[in-house]
Amino acid sequence: MSAAAGAERGIGAPLLEVRDLRVTFARRGGPDTVAVDGVDFAVAPGEIVGLVGESGCGKSVTSLAIMRLLPERGNRVAGEVRMDGIDLLGLSDAAMRERRGRDLSMVFQDPLSSLNPVVPIGVQVTEVLRRHRGMRKEPARREAAELLDRVGIPDPRRRLGSYPHQLSGGMRQRALIAIALACRPRLLIADEPTTALDVTIQAQILGLLAELVAETGAALIMITHDLGVVAGLCDTVNVLYGGRIVERSQRHRLFATPRHPYTHGLLSSIPRLDSAPGEELVAIPGSVNDNLPWAHGCAFAPRCPRAMEACEQRTPAPEEIGGRLLRCHNPVPASAG
Amino acid sequence: MTDTLLEVSDLAVHFPIRRGVLVDRTVGHIRAVDGVSLMIRRGETYGLVGESGCGKSTLGRAILRLVDPTGGAVRFDGTDVAGLSGEPLRRMRRRFQMVFQDPLSSLDPRQSVGSLLMEGIRAHGLSKGAEADAARLHELVDAVGLPIGALRRYPHEFSGGQRQRIGIARALCVEPDLIVADEPVSALDVSVQAQVLNLLGRLQDRLGLTYLVIAHDLAVVRHVSDRVGVMYLGGIVEEAPSPALYGDPLHPYTRALLSAVPVPDPVLEDRRERILLTGDLPSPASPPSGCRFHTRCPWRRPDRCADERPQLRVIPGGDPGHRVACHHAEAIRDGRLRPHRVEPVIAGDDPLAPGLPPELPGSVTEVLGR
Repeated sequence: MSAAAGAERGIGAPLLEVRDLRVTFARRGGPDTVAVDGVDFAVAPGEIVGLVGESGCGKSVTSLAIMRLLPERGNRVAGEVRMDGIDLLGLSDAAMRERRGRDLSMVFQDPLSSLNPVVPIGVQVTEVLRRHRGMRKEPARREAAELLDRVGIPDPRRRLGSYPHQLSGGMRQRALIAIALACRPRLLIADEPTTALDVTIQAQILGLLAELVAETGAALIMITHDLGVVAGLCDTVNVLYGGRIVERSQRHRLFATPRHPYTHGLLSSIPRLDSAPGEELVAIPGSVNDNLPWAHGCAFAPRCPRAMEACEQRTPAPEEIGGRLLRCHNPVPASAG
Repeated sequence: MTDTLLEVSDLAVHFPIRRGVLVDRTVGHIRAVDGVSLMIRRGETYGLVGESGCGKSTLGRAILRLVDPTGGAVRFDGTDVAGLSGEPLRRMRRRFQMVFQDPLSSLDPRQSVGSLLMEGIRAHGLSKGAEADAARLHELVDAVGLPIGALRRYPHEFSGGQRQRIGIARALCVEPDLIVADEPVSALDVSVQAQVLNLLGRLQDRLGLTYLVIAHDLAVVRHVSDRVGVMYLGGIVEEAPSPALYGDPLHPYTRALLSAVPVPDPVLEDRRERILLTGDLPSPASPPSGCRFHTRCPWRRPDRCADERPQLRVIPGGDPGHRVACHHAEAIRDGRLRPHRVEPVIAGDDPLAPGLPPELPGSVTEVLGR
């Protein structure tokens, strides 16, 4: 599926395979909400895969389901998440806890709420090393200082004693990345890691993530709403809408010729630094509240400028067209870009 | 009637930092806005960009007198707003309105949209009888692209984009001249941002409004603004017509900022050279001496930068509307000065940062000598 991107970087068999992932939230006194509605994708070692979409498209829920971090009550997770031939969704809680942090780990959007506010950074990093790598106190501290140094925190020895509130947003995010990398995981999931940061700090963190992937050969799943972030970083891009992947392609192809009307709409609706100034933006009408359930047709149809009668009657099936996955009855012609 | 609607000169807003419980002592000041001068012409859109903490929102609020300036003057259509108080200020407020970032928290959840809009109209004595008012309300919701039925509904019943439209309608209901929009689209989903930006543009054309748009997103500001000011640590470091600023940035900070914005074009992204700034924004409680940016500037020189605060000026051979506050702007433009590596300075090292013990005792037990 990501053969083109894989070949570009010399990537082999997938490390993680997500098959037909479905997440349903039960609501008291109302119909269930389908947050993720059959998502399939794969990540190979050393590959950066992007999941892009607006709020409510299911991108974060997908990552939480992969990490098994969704609360058990009120949620139904179905499908398969295969790593090393094992379905992570079928593992016991204890076995999953072993893998979490060691084989796969996660960086969240808001570092302040994902770090323990009353424990110094150093303790939070050594905790992981001692728990998963069985290191003793002193070597763990040395390793922690090295990790902080690796993610670009100046004066790491002193910073081990700092509490999260003493660090700036960018530094906190670096500390969180250090914790995520402590056990050299083979898969890192970054959920909007730079959304809370300023652009100059964002550039630092994105550069760091790309460098770490190139260096360690780990795979990275990048979750974001920012198409600009994806364009510079990801090998393969998955565009999500209403809990399904509507388009997937190698990044150059996706941005040069977006075929799904939603991808196309997103790209023409954002003000860009490289566009002609003063021209009116082509907005996507309506909002996600207007979505049609996938069972009845295409979720995007009510907002889609290319919608036909069929779009509201038949659910578009995913099709492989010229190396890209597309879920649309009436895609944008390839030549029109 | 002059061409200039708003003139801000040497405006400063300093917030005192207070420590202690029994004894309230001022241990320092956050220099949120520190000597800003700018001028906005009638009918134009002035964009103010900068990173969080640079003072752009405080500047916007000080212009509207939502915070009281520490020094300087704000002349709105010839009247000094900074010196007004009481009834004259209240009457003046009709003419400048604000659109906030978060539309939900800036709308009263217990008031219907119709009553929200009527409140402003009544408060400023613009009511012209039930029939004329109803017509005016219809006109307002129609202008911002909402159905007439919206008037009877409450803020929580709308989506984020629609709420922002209500926020705009509320600003418009008193027929203002100037609208200060503080991050008008940053809380909205990308596909909805365009709707609101287009709406702001159409309303300006129709009603001849003047905008001050405050945002951190450089692409948004470029799209809407005629002229742009870039703020760093309480001061404007560069100001120019939008095409000049984005096409030919002169200040090192503007250059770094522009090079950091990701562009949704992989070909361009692969070719781009980023100017990576090291370290964080220094604390506005103890801003660096001289040029505020010199601690992070890759073009810093040992002379002047750390000692003398540069003023906004037009550089020789430059566009007269393009002003920059940098001692070495000409040398950087001509390539005579090359960027170098900068060792990061951590923001946490300043004496007033939270968490580090202050030199003077702060807590009650310490004050009482425990």
